[in-house]
Amino acid sequence: MSTYAQTADQEQGPPHVHHMDPVTAYHAAKFGMWLFLATEVLLFGGLFAAFAVYRWYYLSEFHHASHHLNWQLGAVNTLVLLFSSFTAALAVDAAQHGDNARVRKNLLFTICCGCIFLVIKYFEWSAKYHHGLFPGTAEFNGAEFNQAYKSFFGLYYCMTGLHAFHVIAGMGLLFWVFRKAQRNRFSADYYTPVEVGALYWHLVDLIWIYLFPLLYLVG
Amino acid sequence: MSSQCTAGTCNSCHDDDHNYLKYPKGFWSWVTTVDHKRIGLLYLFTILIFFFVAGVFALLVRTELMHAGRDIMDAETYNMFFTLHGAIMIFLFIVPGIPATMGNFLLPLMIGAKDVAFPRLNLMSYYIYVLGAIMALVALIRPIGPEGLQKFLAGLGLIGPVDTGWTFYAPYSLQSGSSVIWMTGAAFVLGFSSILTGLNFVVTVHKLRAPGMSWDRLPVFVWATYATAIIQTLATPVVGITLLLLIMERAMGVGIFNPQLGGDPVLFEHFFWFYSHPVVYIMVLPAFGVVGEIIPVFSRKPIFGYRAVCYASLAIAFIGFLVWAHHMFVAGISDTSAIYFSAATFFVAVPTAVKVFNWVSTMYKGSIRFESPMLYAMGFVFLFMVAGTTGIYLATLAVDVFYHDTYFVVAHFHYTIQGGAVIGLMAALHFWFPKMSDKMYNETLARFAWVLDFVGFNLTFLPQFVLGMEGMPRRYYDYLPQFEPLHQISTVGSYVNAIGYTAALMNLLFAALFSKRKAPSNPYNSLSLEWQTQSPPLHENFKETPVVTDWTYGYGEPVEGGSH
Repeated sequence: MSTYAQTADQEQGPPHVHHMDPVTAYHAAKFGMWLFLATEVLLFGGLFAAFAVYRWYYLSEFHHASHHLNWQLGAVNTLVLLFSSFTAALAVDAAQHGDNARVRKNLLFTICCGCIFLVIKYFEWSAKYHHGLFPGTAEFNGAEFNQAYKSFFGLYYCMTGLHAFHVIAGMGLLFWVFRKAQRNRFSADYYTPVEVGALYWHLVDLIWIYLFPLLYLVG
Repeated sequence: MSSQCTAGTCNSCHDDDHNYLKYPKGFWSWVTTVDHKRIGLLYLFTILIFFFVAGVFALLVRTELMHAGRDIMDAETYNMFFTLHGAIMIFLFIVPGIPATMGNFLLPLMIGAKDVAFPRLNLMSYYIYVLGAIMALVALIRPIGPEGLQKFLAGLGLIGPVDTGWTFYAPYSLQSGSSVIWMTGAAFVLGFSSILTGLNFVVTVHKLRAPGMSWDRLPVFVWATYATAIIQTLATPVVGITLLLLIMERAMGVGIFNPQLGGDPVLFEHFFWFYSHPVVYIMVLPAFGVVGEIIPVFSRKPIFGYRAVCYASLAIAFIGFLVWAHHMFVAGISDTSAIYFSAATFFVAVPTAVKVFNWVSTMYKGSIRFESPMLYAMGFVFLFMVAGTTGIYLATLAVDVFYHDTYFVVAHFHYTIQGGAVIGLMAALHFWFPKMSDKMYNETLARFAWVLDFVGFNLTFLPQFVLGMEGMPRRYYDYLPQFEPLHQISTVGSYVNAIGYTAALMNLLFAALFSKRKAPSNPYNSLSLEWQTQSPPLHENFKETPVVTDWTYGYGEPVEGGSH
């Protein structure tokens, strides 16, 4: 590693941005992340709209189909994600105080919660798969389930699958922030990555908070 | 007193070795650049390649339609060619079109910034675009070779060139034996690139304006690009999820849009047009901005109704989100919603007409110079007016039932997108060419090419209005003999049009590469910020951050030592 890179790593305070001052850079990054979250909401918005339409078409079938979901596991996952949002918020607070060790600890908690969420999700999915509740399996394609059932589970996999993908992306993002905290990059003057990373994680959490009642409870 | 006080940006302080084309040097510095000007040029060359490819497809389609019956290809091939023409023109050429090329190049210059807000994200969005382009090209391949290889490729969804039309309507797109997954996947990836560009521009306009560059001093091109960026950011995710669901349905048999699986194909149309109607404003709004910059400069008059022009851009962007189902009047939507969508569509005409009136009023009693950028801009106003007024026909419920899916729609669409967005891009390229390259092109050849473009374009698409009124359906391979004369005029027109574009772009390319004629840094005496720095601009645009004291349209106002 070159001398320059070493000094850059140990440097405290905001990184040098060639075309704007650090305060503008902070506000621009935050604004950019909020806009990106808006696009994410619209991405999931399409799925929510589709869910609303098909629930309206096939109300009673959706009601029966949702009983196949394990609401206890869903509730546990909700708690896990809520707790992870809390630790993400603590990481931001730690970064604002320049406490890189506490940033690392809280980010690790958050990432671990993401892992727990995915493991529980994996058990839910594989249980469904073994019961033939998966597009493409023989039971699913057979006459046992009517089309409306299939619509429910099609949407279930699309919605939870896309959400799980976002959980993984969020964990990757937070891991990148974690690496920066390992190099003690954050201080009261510079904590932008922690804040935008946590913002993204809150959205991942928020989407699940809508998915859980819609799929597991309301049906 | 000059209306722009731009410290440190005078024309005399040329710094040739530090301009963005020369500094830093080397191939690697270009492909890893985070300079918005270079990224604009990368986009420009890439999209022009696809303009050429999709243009060739268009000429092949038009050649096939020269006579009734088979001319040069069979019906299946024809389906593929018109699909590829549409999909490539839309997703690879005209959506990134003006925003990613001219927007990237000009936006920071016009607001007095050194770069966009997220330069690395900007480069990333270019490479995401390239990835999407490669996926789209893969979707053109017809697998050949040993059976094992073909089976392997079929497993990857690679079956043959897409034949669904660029709209990918379900249920056919779910049944078509072609690489729909790759083409829709490409559109998804390209959409992601478009979102990142739009997001970058919105943040740039909000956060990086130079001191004194208040919202009511922003050039109209910036306003238009800003409105475009909002649509890019907010509409594209919806088509993203739509295409993703289509892919899931094709790959895994999830029943969302296929009626055989309990899905609803009309829902696909709703989702698709929720993006694909606003997307026509992504294509054409930046062209409005270009024209709004060119007309005042070549009329030597302040733009008429500046605020109205700016707010009209936002109004178009806003109303554009509320009118999507006017594409679906015959798709079985309820009468109530059809009436609403028809009425809402008429409202788009209001801000659009405000813009046209403002351009015309700007020219009124001005000292007009008919140089090639101005010719393209005036051509734009005329062609776009035809596009807008024929749009009224299509927004009218009873009339649309007859015109739906006829050549009338094809002609209307091409007047909007080719007559609007492509002519707008040509205007922009001619206008800002001296700034981008510091060379001058051959003006005589540029005017000659404009005549070919304008005549060829009208020759191609005016007959198609008549064909549509007489009942010629769009996308058909064959037609009744009475349609033949008009089809032939249209085909000949498309050849003239193609020669025009080729001549115009070759003129620019040769001037950029070989011309010895240096352009002054402000050849048109424009007051806008990008003309106050040297040509080509410095790596960091301005030597010192400019301080803006007035709007950029003070033409014809008395100044010390003469007038602008």
